[in-house]
Amino acid sequence: MIEISDVNKHFGKLHILKNIRLRLKEGECIALIGPNGCGKTTLIKSVLGMVLPNSGEITFDGKSINKDIQYRTHIGYMPQIGRYPENMTIGQIINMVKQIRNSHEAYDEDLYEKFEIEKLLDKRMGTLSGGTTQKVSAVLAFLFQPKVLILDEPTAGLDPLSAEFLKEKIIQEQKKGKLILITSHLLSELDDLISQVIFMQEGEMLFHKDVAVLKQETGTDKISKAIIQLLKQDKA
Amino acid sequence: MKEAFLVLLLLCNFFESSARSLHVGETKPFPTIKSALLSAQNGDTLFIHPGLYKEGNIVINKSVSLIGIDLPVIDGDHKSEVLTIKADYVSVSGLKIQHSSYATLEDPGGIKIRECKHVTIINNQLLDNFFGIYVEFSRNCFIKNNTIIAHSTAEQEIGNGIHAWKSDSLLIIGNKVRGNRDGIYLEFVTNSVIWRNISTNNLRYGLHFMFSHNDSYISNYFRNNGAGVAVMFTHDLVMMNNTFEDNWGDAAYGLLLKEISDCTLVGNRFVKNTSAIFMDGTNRITVEKNLFQANGWGMKIQANCMDNSINQNNFMANTFDISTNGTLTLNNFDGNYWDKYEGYDLDRNGIGDVPFHPLSLYSVIVEGNPPAMLLFRSFMVTLLDRSEKMLPSLTPENFVDNKPRMRPFAL
Amino acid sequence: MIRILKFVIIDILKNKVVIVYTLMLALFSWSAFSLEDNATKGVLTLLNLILLTVPLVSILFSTIYIYNSGEFIELLASHPIKRKKIWNSLFFGLTISLVLAFLLGAGIPIFLFADIGKAVMMLAVGTLITVIFIAIAFFSAIMSRDKAKGIGVSILLWLYFALLFDGLVLFLTFQFSDYPIEKGMVVLAAFSPIDMARILMLLQLDVSAMMGYTGAIFKNFFGTSAGLVISFFILFLWIFIPYRISLSRFKHKNL
Repeated sequence: MIEISDVNKHFGKLHILKNIRLRLKEGECIALIGPNGCGKTTLIKSVLGMVLPNSGEITFDGKSINKDIQYRTHIGYMPQIGRYPENMTIGQIINMVKQIRNSHEAYDEDLYEKFEIEKLLDKRMGTLSGGTTQKVSAVLAFLFQPKVLILDEPTAGLDPLSAEFLKEKIIQEQKKGKLILITSHLLSELDDLISQVIFMQEGEMLFHKDVAVLKQETGTDKISKAIIQLLKQDKA
Repeated sequence: MKEAFLVLLLLCNFFESSARSLHVGETKPFPTIKSALLSAQNGDTLFIHPGLYKEGNIVINKSVSLIGIDLPVIDGDHKSEVLTIKADYVSVSGLKIQHSSYATLEDPGGIKIRECKHVTIINNQLLDNFFGIYVEFSRNCFIKNNTIIAHSTAEQEIGNGIHAWKSDSLLIIGNKVRGNRDGIYLEFVTNSVIWRNISTNNLRYGLHFMFSHNDSYISNYFRNNGAGVAVMFTHDLVMMNNTFEDNWGDAAYGLLLKEISDCTLVGNRFVKNTSAIFMDGTNRITVEKNLFQANGWGMKIQANCMDNSINQNNFMANTFDISTNGTLTLNNFDGNYWDKYEGYDLDRNGIGDVPFHPLSLYSVIVEGNPPAMLLFRSFMVTLLDRSEKMLPSLTPENFVDNKPRMRPFAL
Repeated sequence: MIRILKFVIIDILKNKVVIVYTLMLALFSWSAFSLEDNATKGVLTLLNLILLTVPLVSILFSTIYIYNSGEFIELLASHPIKRKKIWNSLFFGLTISLVLAFLLGAGIPIFLFADIGKAVMMLAVGTLITVIFIAIAFFSAIMSRDKAKGIGVSILLWLYFALLFDGLVLFLTFQFSDYPIEKGMVVLAAFSPIDMARILMLLQLDVSAMMGYTGAIFKNFFGTSAGLVISFFILFLWIFIPYRISLSRFKHKNL
């Protein structure tokens, strides 16, 4: 579904993405993990077209994303830190995005209800806590029933209850056969969701493996442990 | 004395009774003016009936009156001078005189008055002549209510409307002069009065004095000429109540003063001229009670002007009130009204308590450097002028009105 | 695009700065016309105010607004909207709002007091100046990610066009005062939209004759209909070029 081939990205002297190659298919739930500043967010933003790679190509359903931006109708994106126009209210933001998308599909308002956004509609974005902003981001990401969900640190800042709602929602969507790409450095959160793991370090993709294979290879039952195991092996 | 007067009266009577009327016209006793002139005697009157008279150069050498009836046309056919007057006491009125020749050397005119006294030219129309009315070596001539129109675009192709040379005691009154080189030109003409003329659209000057002393021009109207009035190499001239308007163009002046002295300039109106007055080598003139309004420059005073008094004038809405090319000022500017004055009057005596410096820094810059006009009315220039006003450093310090008026004079 | 534009305009019009700007222009204009004794002088006074304040407000407000729209841009960019549309919406949103503010604030009194030809020219010039400085704001905002730096650049650009350029011109006229450079000055005017607008307006006010020989040369160029067309074309270039540069940079910008 999404194919990334030989993508390189520089920010000035920094080489943020180094020859990234990836194939992501429908129905997969992929964890994109790695230390801070390893290029996860840049990779995601490249897929979204918000960052333009210096070289390489990204295709969505076989079509290059540079040519046609309509592929973005199929992506729900939840940013790491949602930044919204400060003097708009939650209601206005949701309303605006709906109008701009002009989507004819039914809205998925599960999270809208679970997070009780209704009560917050008149709050201005500038006054919101990080958690509430995340809730808005989550609502927007799922609202248009996209085929692909890209979630950058989705549960960061959310209270445990909301995080749980969100996780449930993600699982629910995965079951519908959607492609889900999650970044997180809190590895334990992901265990019950993930089918594949991509590990990045200093702009390079160290590996891209099935969770089952990973666990088997390292003989552990937790992803986090498996990865630590792997990293140790690497250094040795 | 009484006897002498009586004799004079009798003499007049005698001439009156002996004067004849000669009628000129196709169906009249005299078919041509020339034939009538041949048989005329001093004191006769020629009545010229309507018609077109193409008789070449008509020379009047007897003291006769020519009176046109319903504007007969005397046409020089572009071949000769039309009317040449060589006798005293000639009077010409009610004629339409047109198409003199264009030979530049002879200076042909519609009417030429040569070495005469007491010639009267009234109510004529002079169209497309090289010179309109040409007066030379004559005295006490009276030129009134004539209309002189020419159509020309180049100075060398056309003479002056009224041209006077080495003459004295002329009265030039109520004429309308348009489209000539100079509207009225006076050279070596003295003791004359130019009154209530309207001089417009002339290529060079509306009125031009050269070496013409002790004259006055009063209540004339000058509009849209190359320059309104030029006064050169002249002294003791009175300039009163004239209006100088719309003399616009790259070198246009309302009034151009060059090498003149001891003149009075009172009660004139200068409106919408590129430069209202340009003064070069001008000394001891009095500029009083004039209005300078909406001109580019109110007065351009060259550094060689001295001892002039400029008082009680209104300077309003001019781009620059005063400009000069020098640093030394020997003229007096006290007691004018300047609309740019921003001082105050605490003692309420109508005179501002702070002296006014009418010379702006920008006017000094532009004087030496005309392209700087690009910045006219820019913020930059405003700043420059403001700072100069607060701390004068580049403009001459003695260029000052010590008694600026708070309110305009009623002029 | 219309939908985004609608949000941008509503957002800007809610901003108090624009309302204050409108009121300020209105105050300036009414007082300029009521303090001066004739309408032409009023127009001249107003011209100075407009050529000073309109560029400053346009460039500063736009620059700040573009930086503050960072989040908005980011939000839209993750949705299926072309970047060109986002940038255009911002540009036209700012243009419509600020031009509206100008026309409401200054336009009404100008139309009431000045005669129609002068009023139309004044409003055309004011509108163009507004849009030109919005375009320049886009240019300076795209040059740097840092808001403080971008605003600094904007202020410098304003200072340059309002003041420094004229200083430079003055300097040049002194340097080349021995040469016939009047015609060159006409060309030089093209490099500063403010100067160009001022000259166009002055000629409309018939004060060119007050400017002597140089004024006559300006009149020979700017006064003809060909000159007028060329001048307006150049003013349009002042909108088009900075904006196009900013747009092509925005298309490749990393959000």
